[in-house]
Amino acid sequence: MRMPEKNIAAAGALVLAAFSTFASARTIAVAAGDGAQARLQEALIAAQPGDTVQLGAGRYMLDDGLSLDVDNVTVRGAGMEATVLDFSRQKGAGEGLLVTSDDVTLRDFAVEDAHGDGIKSKGADRIVYRRVRVTWTGGAKETNGAYGIYPVESTGVLIDGAMVRGASDAGIYVGQSRDITVRHSLAMGNVAGIEIENSRNALVTANTVTGNTGGILVFDLPGLPVMGGGNTVIEKNLVIANDTPNFAPKGNIVAGVPRGTGVMIMANDGVLIEGNTLEDNPTAQVMVVAYPKPFEDKRYNPFPRNVTVGANAVSGGGNDPQLPGAAELKGAFGGALPPVLWDGLGKPGEALSVTGSLPGLSLNLPAQGASPELARPALLKADAPVRKVDRKTVGAPAALEARIAR
Amino acid sequence: MKRLLLLAAAALALAAANAPGAATPVSDAAILGDSFPQTLGAFGFFADGAAQKPAPGVVPYRLNTPLWSDGAEKLRFLYLPPGTKALARGEGLLDLPVGAALIKTFAFPVNGKRTLIETRVLLHRASGWVALPYRWNEAQTEARLVLAGDRVTLTIQGGQVIDYAVPNKNQCKECHALSGVVTPIGPKARNLSATWLGTLQRAGKLDAVPAVAQRVPVWEEREKAPLALAARGYLEANCAHCHNPQGSASNSGLDLRWEQDDAYRYGVMKRPVAAGRGAGTFEFDVVPGEPAHSILPYRMGSTEGGIAMPELGRSVIDLAGSDIVTRWIAAMKR
Repeated sequence: MRMPEKNIAAAGALVLAAFSTFASARTIAVAAGDGAQARLQEALIAAQPGDTVQLGAGRYMLDDGLSLDVDNVTVRGAGMEATVLDFSRQKGAGEGLLVTSDDVTLRDFAVEDAHGDGIKSKGADRIVYRRVRVTWTGGAKETNGAYGIYPVESTGVLIDGAMVRGASDAGIYVGQSRDITVRHSLAMGNVAGIEIENSRNALVTANTVTGNTGGILVFDLPGLPVMGGGNTVIEKNLVIANDTPNFAPKGNIVAGVPRGTGVMIMANDGVLIEGNTLEDNPTAQVMVVAYPKPFEDKRYNPFPRNVTVGANAVSGGGNDPQLPGAAELKGAFGGALPPVLWDGLGKPGEALSVTGSLPGLSLNLPAQGASPELARPALLKADAPVRKVDRKTVGAPAALEARIAR
Repeated sequence: MKRLLLLAAAALALAAANAPGAATPVSDAAILGDSFPQTLGAFGFFADGAAQKPAPGVVPYRLNTPLWSDGAEKLRFLYLPPGTKALARGEGLLDLPVGAALIKTFAFPVNGKRTLIETRVLLHRASGWVALPYRWNEAQTEARLVLAGDRVTLTIQGGQVIDYAVPNKNQCKECHALSGVVTPIGPKARNLSATWLGTLQRAGKLDAVPAVAQRVPVWEEREKAPLALAARGYLEANCAHCHNPQGSASNSGLDLRWEQDDAYRYGVMKRPVAAGRGAGTFEFDVVPGEPAHSILPYRMGSTEGGIAMPELGRSVIDLAGSDIVTRWIAAMKR
C-alpha cells in the first residue's frame, strides 16, 4: 500500500503511517527525495513489532548508516532494481544497514556503494533476506566494502533470491550462526561468492556463483567466540568460472584464497558437496584444506573432518592453478589438475571422502601450517566412508519459508 | 584546579539535594514514563541549561580517562531520585536504581565561546535503560529530541571543519549495549576518583566506596602513569564498550576491557576476523614493537568509513589517543 508521492508532499508529512487491514500491523511509507536519511531512519525507529516500513521506488541518497532495532519488522522496497539505497556519500558507520533485532524481513530493495559492509545483521535471529541486492558499482576494487549480506551471531537465517556484486571479502557471508539457508541467489565479482564461517547447519543450494575469486567457501577459524563449524550441505549450485584475481586487502583470511577456486572447505566437521555444476574454475573445482596458520586457541581443530564430495557435474577447470609448482603439476597431469584438491591434512579415513568418480590430487603436506613448498603431490585416494551430514538439522527453520510465501 | 571545582560542585549539589525540605525540580515522571520527551527541558535536569548549571540533586562528575569524541568538551551529570542510592559493585559499573539518569552534554568552542551541541540522556526506566539524544538550538535556550540523529558542521581547534554526528537512538544503543540490551557504559568505579565516590557516599547516595586495586589513570596526567596503564585506560574508555564479549563487536573476538589480561584477547598477535579492508595490509591487531604493522593504530589513524575505529562518534583523528597506543605497542617486547 505505497502512498502516491505527491500526496506525501501535499501532506507535508515526511513519514506517513497508515493502518493496513490488520489492525495491529501498520505500514509506514517512506519515499525517496530530500531528507531521505532522517525520514527513513525515523521510520525504522518508530516502527513497532508487526509493522512494515514500505520504501517507494527511487534512489535514496543517504549520508549515514541506517539501523533497525525493533523485532518483527519488514522493510520492503518496490523491487531490487526500483528501490535503491545509495550510500556513495556515506560519512559514517561501519555498514549501510545494520539490523540488531529478531524476526526481521528485508526484501525487494538494493544497497549500493556502502563504505563498509552492505547489510549487517548481528544477533538478529530468524532473519529473512529476500530479493535483496547489494552492489559496489565500480567493479572489483580493494576499496569496496567487505561483506555484501552479512548475518552474524544469529540462529535462523534465510537468504533467498539475493544478488551481490563487488564485495572485497565475501558477497554473502554468514558467520558464527546456525540453521541457515542460502539459495536462489547470485554472487558475482566478489572475492568470495558465498562464505559460511564458524557456522553450523547451513544449506547452500541452487545459487549461481560466478566471476568471483573463490565461489563457495566453508571456513572454520580459531579465536572467535563461536567455533565448531560444520554439518553443512552445498548442493545444486552453479559454480562457474570463478577466475577474478584476488582483490581482498592483504590482511584478510580470504586474501589467501587462490584465484579460480570453486568450492573451498577449510577445517569444519561435516560438509557434503553434491549435485553441483562445477565448471571452469582454473585452480580447483573443490579444495579441502586445514587452517594453514599458527594458532593458540586450544578449543580449535584446524583439520577438515567428515567432508564428502559426492556426485557433481564437472567440466574444465584446473588449467591455471595458483599453486607453487603449478607448471610441473599441470605437466604431470596432462595440462590440467584433477577437480578435487586436498592438502592431505587430517586423519585418513576421517578427513575426506570422494565418492562418485571424481579424480583428485593430494598435496600430502607433512603437518598443519607446513609451507606448500613441502608438498609431495600424489593422486588422491579418499574412498573411505566418513560420517554423513545430518540433513534433518540442516537449513533455516520452516517458519522463515512461510514468511516469504505471502 | 578544574577537578577541584568539579568536586566542589558535586558536593554542593548533593548538599542542596539533601538539605531538609529541599525539593529537586527534576521530573521523575519524565524519566520513568513510557514516552520520549520532546525537549531536554522536560526533565528539569538543569537550573540553567545554557550555563550547564545542574538542578539540585543532579551531580556533576568526570571520568579519569574519558571517551574522546572529536575533541568535544563533555559535561557529565548523575541524577538519583530522592530516597535512592547507587550500589557499589566492585571496580565496575555503579548499580544505579530505577529512576536514575545519566546526562552528558557535548560542547565545542565557537568564536571563543563554549557552545552546547547536544545532550544525551540515559534513563533507567522500569522496563530498562533508554538512550535519547537532544540537539541544542542556536540560542542555547533548549535542546530538542533528535531520534534520527543529526549532522552539524563545526569548526574545531586548529580551524578544521568537521561534520559532527549526533547519533540516532539506535546508534546510542550500538555503544551502550550488552547482549543486545541498553546498558550504561559507565561510570565504573575504577574510572572515577576516590574523592568523588567518597563525596557521594557521605551524602548518602552510594552505599559504600568500592576498593579499587588499580585506577584508570587520569588522562591529563597520563605522562606520569606507566605507559601500558595509560594506553589500556584509553582502550577501555574508547573501545571496550563494543569490544567486549557481550558488546556490539563481540564477533570480532577482540576484548579491549581494562580487566582483560590475556594479551591475545586484547589483540597481541591476534588475526582479524571480519575486518575487511579495515585490516589494511596487516595481519595482526597488535604486533609487539611494531605499531606501523599493527591494525589497531592503523584504524585509529583513519577517518574513512569501513576503516576508521571507533565507527561512531569520531570524524577526525584523536592524535593524543593514537600516540599513546602507538607508543604502548612500540614499547612492547617482541
